[in-house]
Amino acid sequence: MTTTSLPRRSGPRGGRPRSRALRRFTRNRPAMAGAVVLAVIVLLAVLAPLIVAHPPDAVNLEAARQGPSARYWLGTDTSGRDVFARTVYAGRVSLLVGLLAAALSVVLGTVLGAVAGLFGRWADTVIMRAADIVMSFPAVVTIMVLAGIVGPSVTILVLAIGVTQWPVAARVVRGVTMSLRDREYLQAARISGARALWLIRTHVVPAALPPVTVTGTLAVAQAIMLETTMSFLGLGVQPPQASWGNMLNDAQNLTLIQTMPWLWIPPGIAIAVTVLAVNFVGDGLRDAVDPRQAAGVRR
Amino acid sequence: MAVFITRRLLLNVLVFALISVGIFLLVRAAPGDPVQMMVSPEQLQSGGPAFIAAKRHELGLDQSLVAQYAHWLGGALTGDLGTSFVSRRPVTAMLAERIGPTVELMGVALVVGLVVAIVLGVAAGMRRNSFLDYGATGLSLGAVSLPPFFLGIVGIYFFSLRAGILPSSGMTTPGVSGALDQLRHLVLPGLILALITAGPFTRYVRGGLVDELGADYVRTAEAKGASRARVVVRHALRNSLIPLITVVMYQIPQLLAGAVVIEQVFSWPGMGQLAISSINQQDYPVIIGFALWVAMLVLLCNLIADVLYAIVDPRVSLR
Repeated sequence: MTTTSLPRRSGPRGGRPRSRALRRFTRNRPAMAGAVVLAVIVLLAVLAPLIVAHPPDAVNLEAARQGPSARYWLGTDTSGRDVFARTVYAGRVSLLVGLLAAALSVVLGTVLGAVAGLFGRWADTVIMRAADIVMSFPAVVTIMVLAGIVGPSVTILVLAIGVTQWPVAARVVRGVTMSLRDREYLQAARISGARALWLIRTHVVPAALPPVTVTGTLAVAQAIMLETTMSFLGLGVQPPQASWGNMLNDAQNLTLIQTMPWLWIPPGIAIAVTVLAVNFVGDGLRDAVDPRQAAGVRR
Repeated sequence: MAVFITRRLLLNVLVFALISVGIFLLVRAAPGDPVQMMVSPEQLQSGGPAFIAAKRHELGLDQSLVAQYAHWLGGALTGDLGTSFVSRRPVTAMLAERIGPTVELMGVALVVGLVVAIVLGVAAGMRRNSFLDYGATGLSLGAVSLPPFFLGIVGIYFFSLRAGILPSSGMTTPGVSGALDQLRHLVLPGLILALITAGPFTRYVRGGLVDELGADYVRTAEAKGASRARVVVRHALRNSLIPLITVVMYQIPQLLAGAVVIEQVFSWPGMGQLAISSINQQDYPVIIGFALWVAMLVLLCNLIADVLYAIVDPRVSLR
C-alpha cells in the first residue's frame, strides 16, 4: 500500500478507512471494555511464571483442600496444588489453542472461500456444499468422535476445531471474492495470465482482510469454548496439565462442589469472562469495519 | 419440487456414505488395539499370541479393509451394528435404550426454549432498545459465552446443595416412583439446556419481527386501522415465524451437542453419556454406532429443513 503519500484529512469522516475503523472501535464502549479485559487476561497468561507464587503442578499434600488465603489466593485443590496458579496457567493453554485453532480455520476458510469465489462452477458447488454440511454438524459432537477415535491431545483439538470451523470464514471470503471477480483490475490480472495463488494473495486477501479479522476474532471465542468443553469432557487437554475445562471436570463431585467452591468458580468465571471479552471485541470490530451494521443503527 | 427433493435426498445418501467410510477408516487407523483392550492381562499371559490371533479372527479384524467395510455396512443397513467390546451386548440395543432420555431432554429444552424465545423476541422486537430488548441481547450473548457445564455446576450448587430442592443427577430417585420425581429430575438439566437454546432463537425471532414490522403490508394494516396487537400477532409475527420452522430444524443438531454436555454434568443416562463412556473405554462399535446415529439425525434434520423451506418459499427449489 502506497497511500501514505496522500494528504491526510482530519475530522470525524476523514482519514484512511483503517484509521476511521480504529476510531469507531475506540468509541465503542463494550468493545473497548472487552479489549481492556482481554489485554489483562493475555498479560496474566504471558507473564504467568512471574506472577504465580507456586508452580501449577506442584503437589503438596500438607497444604491440600485449603480455602483462599494470603498464601494461596484462590485456595488449593485436593492434591494441594495452587488454584490461582492453575487458573493462570490454564489460561495459557486456552488462549493458545483458541488462537491456533482460529488461525487454522481462518486460513483454511480463506483459501477455500477464495477458490470457490474465483473459479465458480463445480469448485464453488463442491466447496460450499461441503461447508454447509460441515456447518450442520454440531462441532462438539464431531470433535468428540474424532478425539475419541484418534485419542485426545492438544494437537488433535486444534486440528479438529480448525476442520469444523472453516466454513464461517469460507462464506465471508467467497462473498468478497464474488464481488471482486467482475472488477476490471481483477479481469486484467487474469487476462495477463496471473495464477490463482497470486490473485488470492494480491487481490483477494487484502480485500477480505477486514471482514476476515472479524470472523477470526469471533472464531477465537468459539475455539476457546470448544476447547474448554472438550477438556471438561476429558477429551481435550489432559491432566496433569491444567485447563479451565479439566479443572471443572476435576471439581465435578457433589462434595467438592459444596465444600470447595474455589475449585470451580475461578475456572468457570475465567471461561465466561474471556469468551465474553473476545466476543465484545469481535462485535466491536464488526461495527467498526462495517458501520452499516453498527449498534447505533440497530434495526 | 419433486426434482428438488430427489436431488437433496440423493445428496444426503451420498454424504452419509462418505461419512460412514470416513469413520470406518478412521477407526481402523486409530492407535490402540481393541483386542488388547478387551482381553484381560491373565488371558494374555496364559493364551499368548495365539489367543490374540484367534480373537482377531473372531472379530473379523484379520480380513481386508474393503471386506471388513462391506461386512460391516451390510450389517449396519439391516440394523446390526455389531457387539460392544465391553458389555458384549448388541450396539443397536444399547443405543435404542439411550435415545429416549436424550430425546426427552432435548424435547423439553426445545419447547421451553422456543416459548421463551418467542415471548422475549417479540417483546424485544416491539420495543427496541428497551429494558427487555437489552435482556434479549444479554440472553443471546450469555448463550454463546457461558459454558453449559459451568451453568450446570452452578445450578447444582444453588438448587441441589444449598437449597436442597432439586435432585443433582439421574432421571429418577432409586426407590421413588411417580411423575413428580421424574419431573423434578428434569428441571435443572432441561432448563439450562432451554436457556442455551433460547439464545439464538430469541435473536432470530426479534430480527424477523423487526424486518416484518418494516414491511409495506404492515403499514397497510395499520392504515386500515388494525390495532397494534393485531398487527403484530396476526400479521407480522405469523410471517416471521414461518422461517423459524426451518431454523429449528437446523438447530436440533446443536441442541444435541448441548445435551451431550448436560448429560455428563447431571449423569443423565442418554446418548451423550453412552458416547463418552464408550470413548473412554475405546469401545469402537458403540462409538461408530453413535457417530452414525448423529450423522443420520443431522442429515434428516437438514433434509426436512430444506423441504420445509422449499414449501414455504417455492423460489428455492427453482435454483
